[in-house]
Amino acid sequence: MAILLALIPILPLAGFLFLSIMGGRIPRRMIAFIGAGLIGMAAMLTPIMGLIFLVSPPPGGAIAVTLWEWISTGGLTAAITFRLDALSLVFIFVITLVGFLIHLYSVEFMADDEGYARFFAYMNLFVSSMLILVLADNLLLLYLGWEGVGLCSYLLIGFWYKEPANGYAARKAFIITRIGDTAMIIGLFLLFIHLNTLNIQELMQQAAVKWGQGSSLATWAALLLLGGALGKSAQLPLQTWLPDAMAGPSPVSALIHAATMVTAGVYLIARTHVLFALAPAVQLAVATIGALTLLLAGFSALTQHDLKRVLAYSTISQIGYMFLALGVGAWSAGIFHFMVHAFFKALLFLAGGAVILVLNEEHDIFKMGGLRKKLPVVFWTFLIGSASLAALPLITAGFYSKDQILWFAWSANKGNPWLWAAGLTGAFLTSLYTFRLVFLVFFGESKIQPTHQPGRLMVIPMVILAAFSLLAGFIELPGSMGHIRLFSGLLDTILPTVNMIHGNLPEVFFQVLSAVVSLTGIYLAYLVYLKKPALGDSFNKTRLSNFFYQGWDFDRLYDILFVKPLVWLAEIDKNDFIDIFNSAIARITLWFSSLLSLTQNGKLRWYVMGFAIGIVFILTILMNL
Amino acid sequence: MVTIPVEIQILFAGLLFLIGLIGLLVRRNVIFMLMSIEVMFNAAGMVFIIAGAHWAQVDGQVMFIFMLAVTAAEVSVGLAIILQMFHHYKTLDVDELNKLKEIN
Repeated sequence: MAILLALIPILPLAGFLFLSIMGGRIPRRMIAFIGAGLIGMAAMLTPIMGLIFLVSPPPGGAIAVTLWEWISTGGLTAAITFRLDALSLVFIFVITLVGFLIHLYSVEFMADDEGYARFFAYMNLFVSSMLILVLADNLLLLYLGWEGVGLCSYLLIGFWYKEPANGYAARKAFIITRIGDTAMIIGLFLLFIHLNTLNIQELMQQAAVKWGQGSSLATWAALLLLGGALGKSAQLPLQTWLPDAMAGPSPVSALIHAATMVTAGVYLIARTHVLFALAPAVQLAVATIGALTLLLAGFSALTQHDLKRVLAYSTISQIGYMFLALGVGAWSAGIFHFMVHAFFKALLFLAGGAVILVLNEEHDIFKMGGLRKKLPVVFWTFLIGSASLAALPLITAGFYSKDQILWFAWSANKGNPWLWAAGLTGAFLTSLYTFRLVFLVFFGESKIQPTHQPGRLMVIPMVILAAFSLLAGFIELPGSMGHIRLFSGLLDTILPTVNMIHGNLPEVFFQVLSAVVSLTGIYLAYLVYLKKPALGDSFNKTRLSNFFYQGWDFDRLYDILFVKPLVWLAEIDKNDFIDIFNSAIARITLWFSSLLSLTQNGKLRWYVMGFAIGIVFILTILMNL
Repeated sequence: MVTIPVEIQILFAGLLFLIGLIGLLVRRNVIFMLMSIEVMFNAAGMVFIIAGAHWAQVDGQVMFIFMLAVTAAEVSVGLAIILQMFHHYKTLDVDELNKLKEIN
């Protein structure tokens, strides 16, 4: 049975290989069939594996299947081993399910694109890499998947490569995440040198034994791994690439830049939680970065004009919540929010993409409006997604996941009121910018006419995701209402539970508070953007608004801090000794070449003269011998 | 019968070759250049005959007959090229044909 597990990442990989070799020669229906079908098969295998896993829990809490020995040299052994435990089960479930729905959506969304086969090939490679990342048994294999998803992200952001801006966005995403990846690989070296293995389980056991609480090695290792996570998950200070990554097609934004790849950092931290628990300072940094990022991105999302950029900042902000949860030690709460976020954010991107598609590539939300009646299905699904994102109390999944994080930010022993306050402010911002989007796009006066209705293949995934966005919350109800712990019960087998501070305020108090905050945000959005648009306009003209709009001017800051000095150094370094030496070689060669090329003048008799002189030379030499 | 010493014979062939070479170098008319090449060919053939006679071997004459065949083929190709050249450029001056060179 274990071999079925290996099939889950292999099927999409086969799809990639087939489509990249045969893609140009097979009909479009066939491309769609293979591209989406193989992911569909993987998505069907996942619940089977999940059932096997849940019904008869394997010894040690994990199913492992080794395909072959990948590297074995010196002390380093790395095998292609897939390991399924509760954490990776949640991840492969989300990746294959959301991945399949998005592939289905893309069949119609990309129908008229000339790069149809290329698109599905890249998407399949992405799903495969992501599955390798979360199923990897050692950090080297994880790193393979990690770089694989980075590559696919680059390829898909620049999918419409004829537009130079898209290529720029792709390079920006690649290079900025590369900064984090470099930190991460140095972290891997550090772990290997000191613990002599890269197998995650052994690594965690040995780290716990050899390294003491707060030891400097554990701190460095955790810090370097955190660097990788920050780059991939677009957290402060490496968050600037994600808004620009929206240059890619909408399904790409939904799959890679909302649901799965950007949460790889969350996965990495949860996977190496032992290290982070050994380094409390780094764990506090995780929580602080999460809290800061969620605020920063929330403010930026409030001022964007482009529908997809609002969602991009919102993604950064929601991943901030996940980091906050991980940082306060509420591991399963972070993973739960990841799952719920994957559903509603993928839904929002798909619905947003549908809006953009039927409005002929109109991205500006201020030019939309009144689409509620014209695109009813898109409206209702988008509304459900927004409600979940804004954590509308009781009925949405987003409420249960976010409420849990806020509760732990206050009551966990690693939490503190500041983190909680940041989270609560973020919740207010979230519901404000989310419903700003809803009111501007779907309510108000009609400004634009959709060209057609999205078809069946686009609507079905949206409806399914909408259902998940509402229902996924009910598998994990807080202690104050129902106390269902299906999700955290599953994850508690591998992730430690939260240490609470006793004698605190009751949980209900926090739930009511966050419900009030969420509803206030929605009401304020209604007031500012629908009732009195003048209020919103006057804010948009301020310099503060522009500052938020530019993403807190991080791009300009980095330009001054890094790009300009580097360009300046390169400028002055252009004429150093080595360069002079090298260019002198080139110049001398050119000079000789131009001298010799004089002899090649096209005059036949000149050449004959050359022969004759040559013969005389040879004869003279021969005679002297 | 007076036998001419072999050195004189070789010298004669060398002279013939030199005449051909000088003709090739100084003439600009491509037909004359072809003719000069023929002269040089015959000088080479002459050496074969001389060598064959000197060592009383038939191989020298056999080689000369081979050479005649090769020369005939060469001349027919050469004349065809000259015809084409005249057809295209309306000239037989070989210095006019200097397109194939390094541009600088």
